[in-house]
Amino acid sequence: MNSYILKRLLSAVPVLLGITLVVFLIMSLIPGDPATAILGSYATAENVERLNRQLGLDRSLPEQYVIWLTNMLQGDFGRSFSLNRPVLDEVLDRFGATLILAGVSLVLCSIFGVVAGVISAARQYGLADKAITFAVLIGISIPSFFLGMMMILLFAIQLRWLPVSGMYSIYGGGDLPDLLRHLAMPALALSVVATGVIARLSRSAMLEVLRQDFVRTARAKGVPERRVIWRHALKAAMVSIIPVIGVQAGFVLSGAVYIEMVFQWPGVGRMLVEAILRRDLLLVQGGVVIVAACYVLFNLIVDVAQSLLDPRVKT
Amino acid sequence: MTETALPASPPKPSAAARAGTFLRLFARNRMAAFGGGLLALILLVALAAPILPLQDPFAQDTTQRFLRPFSEGHWLGTDHLGRDLLSRLIWGTQLSLLVGVSATLLAALAGSTLGVVAGFLGGRIDNVIMRSVDTVMAFPYILLALAIVAALGPGLVNALIAVAVVNIPFFARNIRGVTVTLANKEFVDAARLSGMGDTRIIASEIVPNILPVIVIAMSTTVGWMILETAGLSFLGLGSQPPVPDLGSMLGEGRNALISHPHTSIIPGLMIFAIVIGVNLLGDGIRDALDPRLRSGALTRPLPATLVDRAETPAIAAKPDALLSLEDLRVEFRLGRRTLKAVNGVSLDIAPGECLGLIGESGSGKSVTALSVMGLVASPPGVIAGGALRFQGRDLLAMKPGELRRLRGDKVAYIFQDPLATLHPLYRIGEQIAEAIRVHHPVPQAEAMARAVALLKQVRIPNAKSRAGNYPHELSGGMRQRVGIAMALANEPELIIADEPTTALDVTVQAQILKLLEDLRRERGLAILFITHDFGVVAQLCDRVAVMYAGEIVESGPAQAILDAPAHPYTRRLIACVPELGGGRRTLAAIPGLPPGADDLPQGCAFAPRCDKAQAACRAGRVALTGQEPGRGVRCLFPETAEDRTETA
Amino acid sequence: MTAALKIEDLGKTFGGGRGLFDRQRPAVQAVADATLSVARGETLGVVGESGCGKSTFARMLVGLLPPTTGRIEIEGENLGAQAGRDPAAFGRVIQYVFQDPISSLNPRKTVEQIIEAPLKHLHAMPREARRKRIAEIFDAVNLRPEFLSRYPHEFSGGQAQRIGIARALAASPRILLLDEPVSALDVSVQAQVLNLLAHLKAEFDLTYLFISHDLAVVEAVSDRVAVMYFGRIVELGRAEEIFQAPRHPYTALLARSAPVVGRPLGAGEDGSGELPNPLDPPQGCAFAMRCPKATELCRTTRPDMQELTPGHATACHHPL
Ligand SMILES: Nc1ncnc2c1ncn2[C@@H]1O[C@H](COP(=O)(O)OP(=O)(O)OP(=O)(O)O)[C@@H](O)[C@H]1O
Ligand code: SF4
Ligand code: SF4
Ligand SMILES: [Mg+2]
Repeated sequence: MNSYILKRLLSAVPVLLGITLVVFLIMSLIPGDPATAILGSYATAENVERLNRQLGLDRSLPEQYVIWLTNMLQGDFGRSFSLNRPVLDEVLDRFGATLILAGVSLVLCSIFGVVAGVISAARQYGLADKAITFAVLIGISIPSFFLGMMMILLFAIQLRWLPVSGMYSIYGGGDLPDLLRHLAMPALALSVVATGVIARLSRSAMLEVLRQDFVRTARAKGVPERRVIWRHALKAAMVSIIPVIGVQAGFVLSGAVYIEMVFQWPGVGRMLVEAILRRDLLLVQGGVVIVAACYVLFNLIVDVAQSLLDPRVKT
Repeated sequence: MTETALPASPPKPSAAARAGTFLRLFARNRMAAFGGGLLALILLVALAAPILPLQDPFAQDTTQRFLRPFSEGHWLGTDHLGRDLLSRLIWGTQLSLLVGVSATLLAALAGSTLGVVAGFLGGRIDNVIMRSVDTVMAFPYILLALAIVAALGPGLVNALIAVAVVNIPFFARNIRGVTVTLANKEFVDAARLSGMGDTRIIASEIVPNILPVIVIAMSTTVGWMILETAGLSFLGLGSQPPVPDLGSMLGEGRNALISHPHTSIIPGLMIFAIVIGVNLLGDGIRDALDPRLRSGALTRPLPATLVDRAETPAIAAKPDALLSLEDLRVEFRLGRRTLKAVNGVSLDIAPGECLGLIGESGSGKSVTALSVMGLVASPPGVIAGGALRFQGRDLLAMKPGELRRLRGDKVAYIFQDPLATLHPLYRIGEQIAEAIRVHHPVPQAEAMARAVALLKQVRIPNAKSRAGNYPHELSGGMRQRVGIAMALANEPELIIADEPTTALDVTVQAQILKLLEDLRRERGLAILFITHDFGVVAQLCDRVAVMYAGEIVESGPAQAILDAPAHPYTRRLIACVPELGGGRRTLAAIPGLPPGADDLPQGCAFAPRCDKAQAACRAGRVALTGQEPGRGVRCLFPETAEDRTETA
Repeated sequence: MTAALKIEDLGKTFGGGRGLFDRQRPAVQAVADATLSVARGETLGVVGESGCGKSTFARMLVGLLPPTTGRIEIEGENLGAQAGRDPAAFGRVIQYVFQDPISSLNPRKTVEQIIEAPLKHLHAMPREARRKRIAEIFDAVNLRPEFLSRYPHEFSGGQAQRIGIARALAASPRILLLDEPVSALDVSVQAQVLNLLAHLKAEFDLTYLFISHDLAVVEAVSDRVAVMYFGRIVELGRAEEIFQAPRHPYTALLARSAPVVGRPLGAGEDGSGELPNPLDPPQGCAFAMRCPKATELCRTTRPDMQELTPGHATACHHPL
């Protein structure tokens, strides 16, 4: 077991390197002089000169990559010119907000998705199945940013139940209930699509598993139906559901970009969009690398969870 | 040449008929038809934008800002610059669809090409491609798109490229998987041996078989891609003002969300309508193209087989029978087709007796056996008539709970494929212990101790440590021993064994049969043993029943039937099977095929293949009659001693 | 008379080589030291249990898999260099009939397109000649001409297997390699196909290699039989002798285990009947852990094939 985790950890290293390489290559697509592009309106001749030296922009591409990588490994992701502070500080400040939003959404969509999928499969073609299938269809078809906006109109403007946007109230907020009130709408809006996808997949995974011979064996042993479904079948179905939850984590992180814009949530996603619009490329570059690296680590955890569930994975 | 040409196969669907099936399946799915209709309508309007009498989508009129829908001259009102929303909506829809579909095509083409190349060539090329794909997939989706847009600069074309690139891995992975499966198929080997080169094999053997997969993948992603490009525009990274697409309209509307919600709701609803249309249509396409869904196989079996019998036969007192089947009928109802798998089977098993049920594949042996405890997959299976009695109790009238309490306790099963029939994720000890605990409230530790004892009884060495193994860690023979141990767990009266040795090698088969025989003698178990091997029947069974086309055509003491088969089918089936020690020889064959379960002849089911068939045989159902005590034969002209010597 | 097929020391090892961190990757020897020759017009049966290397052996013989060691000579011509690289070179002389008749036919091609492929690509036959030849072959395998325009899923297993045989015959090979050709078929249909094969052999003057796990079927169709165990040929002899008077303990066990009417159960072996671990193969005889006659010599030294009586060889230190 431990050797499996170790092996998996080691295998993350090339992926992380690959990620930095991809980001580096994409950034090298920038048309024109990179230093000028990065600095934008801050581009004085002196600034350009300094940046060229710092990033080795006058050297060959491989050398530039190595310099950039070495800097990153030392925690130096460069400076954001529009915010005038180190990229790393800015990203770390923003990342917590995104983690809360995405984490809560992921938990919500995993629980609701799996439960809905299992019920739907167990009652295939029944009323519950039809209702869930219909809700799932709506869920996966509605753009989350539109859903968010409609939620604001309904719950914040019409009903006045929840605050329109932000993470904490400006006056007198800052405690947990305040956070939860702010979090409710964005987390829900963000989890809807993923819930739909997970529910759909769980349903078909369960249908697939319920037809397997070992389910017939369980019934032939006299195992009660409830246990057949929630133990025997679900455990086997989880083998294909867990990786999807891993993939959905990526989608939730992605969707967070829209939701953060709609709800003015102070997370990394909004930071990235704003940075792109301001052409603050070093901030974009650093943000993408850091978030992607965290996602890789998350997937590592998913894999390990998978191997704990499925003894066949270890070999 | 000893045989004549086979009769024509039953009329099976031609290519045209298959296309018909596709359309029918498609239309049957009303939701898909609705989605298709909705999408077609939107598409039509969007494409007609240049010829519709629309206002100029760019014409600003600051005096007419934020007009509400149904205003004069502006059906859907105007936006913050006083531009006509209807016109912008239709032009924007056109642009969004164009971008979304282009991105899909681009991603599908690039991804599928990579996938086919990687999957077919394998080795180093596969490694390099898939590593790159994995790296791209390691990014949370939109982050990569954002990076690309950041580098290339905001703009619709760049957004399109970004979304396409981000989706390439999805196609590459999917298509690679399918390609690998195909490349390992025997028909690809056959093509190689027919002298085809790699390029030709890819073009003529692989690609035609993956096209449906690509279409399915596209239909499931195009909705996403439309959403994602709209999303980038929504963020201001895609379509740039003043050009409208749905995302940028929604983005502009957001600034006035609270004061003028219609500017957001209108484009938002349009995106929703498009995506729901695409998704419904995509589901329909998938259902129609996926062969598994086509055969209606993706239904889950209910806890017990449905019973739908016209009348309940009166209970006949048969005190000496442990289990009796009376005129059992089982059907599979698949849409308009009904397969009659079991057509009036009557059997009795006495306590301690071993009854062999023998027949060719598809003759209904398994279905008969599974119906006893209501384990026939249902839907589509239905018990359509007859009665099943265990120790005098009517099994078909039982409540689900009652039936469940019998399963695994009084009547236990052993199935054919020991790998598929054990749960892959539970240790074998736990699985056996569970069989005990669902019937007897004993503590887990005690159940585990019993499980280990059972493993010992089926002669598994190191039973204690083996109990901690998962099924995949055991050999086939060991797994089948576990299956037997599980069946023995509650000391059942009857064991139903459905070809328990067919998947095993001969040497292992011999051991398992020996084990079953020993256990049966020790415990006085009754066994219903299903097989297609006369040698096994001869060695293990007291009595035997021969099945053909869902009926029992002959029954009686095993030895008597093997020595002197009375039904022509039995005699000729025995003659077909080579037996070890016979030396080199020509085998007797039975020409033709068994009848399909949806196309049974009216009279004797064997008549089309029987060389003694007469008009009377085809006229009506032939009854099972006994010539000698304890024997029954379903034939008007049973075999005589003369017939038998002819073949000998 | 030259042998139709001659192989020497043929072997295949999967895996092996060095891994990423310079560790030796596990290697599995699927087939080792196979030496035999098949005379023209002969049928050689190959029996063995699942996983003993039968299919790997077969795939090497038809050039679909490059052997790790040894040489293959067909009709006096050494084909070793082309193995695994140019299946077409093999395709002209040796053809394969697959176990699963349905999956060996491309579902998206008509029967005619399938049978035509070898004529087109191996023999560059013009259109008219192809049509004539297909008609002949179709007649020979007892299929009706109207089947040519149909798709594989429209056929039963037995019919599909005939189509597979027709495709193999279209290449005009000298040798047919039949890999479990009837295992997927029902007994009543099995006999039909086996009889057809016997008939074709005479008509087209073919040599057969018949692989199966079913001893009785092999005995019924073969002149000589090779028994494989754990990747090696352990006994080779005349069909009528080999199961009647086996010399290798494993062959004897096989023969005893086959269920036969009139013989009581329990003639098999006791014990678990486990195969050795392929990743850690035993040093001596692979059968030693199951063999009632095993001695210390068996466990330390691998027995070589040796001819005991003319035409009957076995790899055992203590033959029966
Ligand atoms: N789930 C199912 N759906 C539709 N038809 C089925 C299903 N299961 C069985 N059948 C049909 O019922 C008939 C009898 O099948 P059954 O499995 O009992 O045969 P069998 O004698 O056990 O064959 P085998 O030797 O292959 O196990 C066949 O025509 C088969 O096609
Ligand atoms: S009833 Fe007639 S057709 Fe049927 S098996 Fe007997 S003789 Fe043959
Ligand atoms: S060599 Fe020894 S162990 Fe191997 S089969 Fe012969 S007697 Fe048995
Ligand atoms: Mg069966």
